[in-house]
Amino acid sequence: MKNKIAKIVTTLAVVIGIGFSGLATVEAGEDNYTYTYDYWGDVQESPDVYSVARVFTYKDLGMDKNITNAESLFVYKDRIYVCDTGNNRIVVLRRDGADDLVYEDEITAIKGTDITALSEPSDIAILETLDADDEGNAVTKEYMFICDRGNARIVKVDMDLNYILQFNKPVDPAITEDSAFKPDKIVVDTAGRVYCSASGINKGLVKYESDGVFSGFIGATRVAYNFTDYIWKKLASQEQRAKMESFVPTEYDNVYMDREGFIYACAGGMDEEDLRSETVDAVRKLNMLGSDILVRNGAYYDGKFPVFGDLYWGGGGGVTGPSYFKDVTVLDNDIYVCLDQNRGRLFGYDDQGRMVYAFGGTGNMEGYFRKPVSIEHMDNDLLVLDQLDCSITLFIPTEYGSLIYRAMDQFDHGDYDEAQASWEQVKMLNGNYSLAYIGIGRSLLRKGEYKESMPYFEAKYDDENYSRAFQQYRKLWIREHIITIIVIILAIFLVPMAIARVYQVKEEIDNADIFKLRR
Amino acid sequence: MARAYQKEESKEVKRERRAQNFAKYLASLKFGFYCMTHPIDGFWKLTHEKKGTVGAATTILFFTILVRILKLRYTSFMFLQVYWEDINIFLYIASILFPLALWVVGNWALTTLFDGKGRLKDVYMGTCYGMLPYPVIQFPLMIVSNFVTIEEGQFYQVLSVLSLILCLLLIVNGLAQIHAFSPGKNLLFTVASLFAMLVMVFILMIFFSMISQGVAYFISIGREMMFRI
Repeated sequence: MKNKIAKIVTTLAVVIGIGFSGLATVEAGEDNYTYTYDYWGDVQESPDVYSVARVFTYKDLGMDKNITNAESLFVYKDRIYVCDTGNNRIVVLRRDGADDLVYEDEITAIKGTDITALSEPSDIAILETLDADDEGNAVTKEYMFICDRGNARIVKVDMDLNYILQFNKPVDPAITEDSAFKPDKIVVDTAGRVYCSASGINKGLVKYESDGVFSGFIGATRVAYNFTDYIWKKLASQEQRAKMESFVPTEYDNVYMDREGFIYACAGGMDEEDLRSETVDAVRKLNMLGSDILVRNGAYYDGKFPVFGDLYWGGGGGVTGPSYFKDVTVLDNDIYVCLDQNRGRLFGYDDQGRMVYAFGGTGNMEGYFRKPVSIEHMDNDLLVLDQLDCSITLFIPTEYGSLIYRAMDQFDHGDYDEAQASWEQVKMLNGNYSLAYIGIGRSLLRKGEYKESMPYFEAKYDDENYSRAFQQYRKLWIREHIITIIVIILAIFLVPMAIARVYQVKEEIDNADIFKLRR
Repeated sequence: MARAYQKEESKEVKRERRAQNFAKYLASLKFGFYCMTHPIDGFWKLTHEKKGTVGAATTILFFTILVRILKLRYTSFMFLQVYWEDINIFLYIASILFPLALWVVGNWALTTLFDGKGRLKDVYMGTCYGMLPYPVIQFPLMIVSNFVTIEEGQFYQVLSVLSLILCLLLIVNGLAQIHAFSPGKNLLFTVASLFAMLVMVFILMIFFSMISQGVAYFISIGREMMFRI
C-alpha cells in the first residue's frame, strides 16, 4: 500500500516537473537570439542565421585613437571605410581573411583646394567608371565622394585625394539662405550623380548632376495626416497654429544604392498607428523618378506584415515604440537587411517583402549592440558599426544561413531540383520556418508538380501560390477526365429523361384504346 | 377490465399520434423553405396558422450550428483561416446560443407589453426559421470553396455575405408578421430588443459579480473564525 502511494507521488512529481520544465523552455524562447514570424504573427524561434566572427575595437585594429561618434560604414571591394566623424577622419580597413580586419590608412585631408582638412565626415561613397585615358584606351577610374558635413559640402576626389569637384548647398526657394547645409548621407549612381540626405531638408533627397549642379529633390517621404490634428488646426488661431507641429515629411536616416541602381532609403521615428496602417513607410525603394517601388506584402490586419521590423512593441528592457530603422543594406541576392537602432536588431527581408530572419538585441555581449548606426555587407557577411561601443561587429552566415541563401540563389537561377533539396534541408533544421515550406512549394510549382506543391502552400497559408498551383492542377485534371465528366453530365440529364420516357410509353400502352376495348 | 381496454386503445392512439406528429414535423420543416421564398406570407402562416413547430425550429438551429462548426474545418484555408489554439468548441456553440436566448427573451419581454401577438415560443420559432438561409447557402459554399482559386473567390465572399443579410432580413421581417406589427413599429422594437439584450448582459454581469463577492464575504468570515479559534 505504502509502495503504491510512493509510486503515485513520484509519478505526479515527475509529471509536474515535466510540465514546469516545459513552461521554462517556452519562457526562455521569448528572447531567443534569432526568430521569425509565422502566418499568425507568432514569434517562432529559429536557429542562428548569422554568428559573430569577431568584434573589433580600435585596439584590435592597432589604431592609436578610439573611434568617436562614428556615423557610417562603406564597403568597396575588400576595403571598409569607417567615417570617424568625431575625430574628423575616415579610417580605411582591409578585410584580411574570413574573420580579420586590418588597419590600413586614415583620411584626414584632401589636396588641391582651399579647405583641405575634413570636418565631421559623415559618409563616403566610391564610384567606379569606365573612362578613356590619353591614348583612348578604356580604363576603370575610381572616385571618392566624401560627405564633408562640417565644411557644408560634398567633395569629389580621386583615389589619391586630389580635389576634383565640390557639391554645395542647393539654391532653392524651399531652403532658407541663412541655414547651414548639413549633408548626412550620400549615394552615387553609375553616371556620377549624387543623391544626398541632409539635415533640415525634408523635401526628399538632394540630387546633383555629375557636374556638381543641383537639379532638384526626389522621393520625399509620405506625410501622414492625423485627422484630429487637422480639425484642431482648422479651429486654431494663427499663433496657436504656429506652435503646432506641421505636417511635413521626415528626413531619411540613411540611403543605400543597390547593384541595380535603386536607392533604398530608411527613416525612423514614425508614429505607431501610421506605421500599422501603412500611411508611412520605414523603408522605401526609390527608382530614378523618386517613386517607391518596394514590394510590400499586404496590410497589417490581413495576416501579412508590412516591412517595419518588430510586430510587438512592448516595453521590455526600457525600450518602447516601433523599430527605428537607422540603416539598410542590400545583399546581392536582393535580400535587404535593416538595422533597428531601438532594439539593436537586424531584420532581413526578401524581394517579396517577407521577413527572412530577425536577430540581435541590446546589451554588451558579442552580437548585441548599444547604439548601432550603420550596417554594410561584404558578399553575405554583415558589418555593423556601434556608435556607443565604438566597435565594428563582423557577422558571417552560419551553415543554416548559407543554406537559405543558397536555396534562394538556386531558385533564382532556375535550378529548381537543387533549390527544393536545399529548402528541404532548411526545413529539417527549422521546421517552423514558413519560407522553407513556401520555397519547396514554389520549386515544385515551377517543376510542374502542382498537386505535390499544394500541401506546402496550404501548410503556411500561401493563398496566391496555392491558387496558382490549384488552377494548373484543376486544368490538367479536367483535361484528363474530360470523358468521364461528359459521361456523368450526360447521364445526369439523360437517365431521368429516359426513365420518364419509359413511364410515358408504359402509360400510353396502359391507356391505349385497343387494350381497353379488350377488357 | 375497462382500464386495460383503455390502455390498449391509448397505445394505438399514441402510435397514431406519433405518426401524425412526425408528419407534421416534416411538413413544418419543409415549410421553412416556403418561409425563405415567401417571407411575408410564410411567417404569417408560421404561427397564426400553426404551420411551424418548435421541433423543426430546433432542427434548423441545430443545422445552423453544425454548419458553422463544419465550416471551420472544411472551408478552404484561402477563405477562412482558423487559429486552432484559440478555438473552444463549447464557447463557439455558446456564441450562437447565448445571443439567441437573449434576443428571444428580450424581444418577447418587450413586445408582449405592446400588443405583440407572439408568445415566447413563437419568437423562438420565427428567429430559428429565419436562420435557414445560413445552412442552406453556407453548406454548399463550404464544399465549393475547395474547388476555386483566390480570384474566383469573390463569388464566395459575395454569397457568404448575402446569406447573412438574408438571415437578418428574414428574422426582422418574420417577427413583424408574428407580432402583427407595422414595419415602422417592428423596426423600433428590433432596436429596442437589442438594447434589452445589452441590459440583460449588464444585469447578468452584476448578478455574477455580486454572487462572487457574497461568496468571498462568507469565505473571509470563515477564515477569520478559523484564525480566532
